[in-house]
Amino acid sequence: MAGHSEAFKIDPISQFEIERLIPIHIGNLDASFTNAAVSMGLAVLLASAFLILSMRQRALVPGRFQSMGEIAYEFVSGMMHDTIGHGGKPFFPLVFSLFMFVLFCNFLGLVPYELPLGSFHGFTATSHIIVTFALASVVFLLVVLVGLIKHGAHFFSLFVPKGVPVVLLPLIVLIELISFLTRPLSLSVRLFANMTAGHTMLKVFAGFIVMMGLSHSAIGYAGATLPLLFSVAITGLEFLVAFLQAYVFAVLTCIYLNDAIHLHDH
Amino acid sequence: MDVAAAKMIGAGLYSFALAGAGIGIGLIFGNYLAGALRNPSAAQGQFPNLLLGFALAEATGLFGLVVALLMLFAL
Repeated sequence: MAGHSEAFKIDPISQFEIERLIPIHIGNLDASFTNAAVSMGLAVLLASAFLILSMRQRALVPGRFQSMGEIAYEFVSGMMHDTIGHGGKPFFPLVFSLFMFVLFCNFLGLVPYELPLGSFHGFTATSHIIVTFALASVVFLLVVLVGLIKHGAHFFSLFVPKGVPVVLLPLIVLIELISFLTRPLSLSVRLFANMTAGHTMLKVFAGFIVMMGLSHSAIGYAGATLPLLFSVAITGLEFLVAFLQAYVFAVLTCIYLNDAIHLHDH
Repeated sequence: MDVAAAKMIGAGLYSFALAGAGIGIGLIFGNYLAGALRNPSAAQGQFPNLLLGFALAEATGLFGLVVALLMLFAL
């Protein structure tokens, strides 16, 4: 952000603001091209470029770049094998795309960059609940559809765990139903909250550095090194969290799909 | 009481949700370490579960933080 002339405004929330780069209005619909769209497009572009370029050589003994692509593939494939097992293969493209998209969105949010597009600066698409909720809704609807197509009405036995006393059954079914219906919410809020909280924390600590440095005194400069070191460490932690949340999103997608494919018997 | 002040206090109270996340994360890593020291050969196989448990525990605390942020900036 340009803060050369005016006094520094330390605001950890303004980084999440959506800006209309190219305003497009269709009737009452606001379909503007925003900075969120840019960062999501960039994530898709980079993920596709990474996989296409890394697999271009198709060498039997992979080089470094091809190894990266293969590791990404085998990581998700192994995870699906562990959680779903038999019958999970048709859903591999979906889970892999979800994983790569979320991963690249998360990582792009941690990279400081600026594009000559209006006032575009680094932006985390996954720090917006509507983005994560849309992804989670796709997963939820797919799970319901797959379950109903594969098992028909038998799918609803998912809400009736085996070996529960009949007296407790109405309560258990209600709890199972609620926990099933809140899945898209918890799946999306988990990712969104982690990203929002992480980036807010980063900016708060970065703000401490600026505040201390602006005091222009020896104590201020000395004191500013502490939050500086801290924010370096937190950035490292945030890279871990960015990967972990993409992984958790993919694993939970697999677990939900496993419920729909195998019901309780496996 | 002033509504703005009440919002601040409410947001602060909601941040207590993160204490639960701290307890949960500590339990998961502590128990993983205890188990890994007893049976190091089985530790690597449970590493994905560790990460999953960590993320699940952290998320429950962050739900509270989201409400706190909503109170401060959205409502």
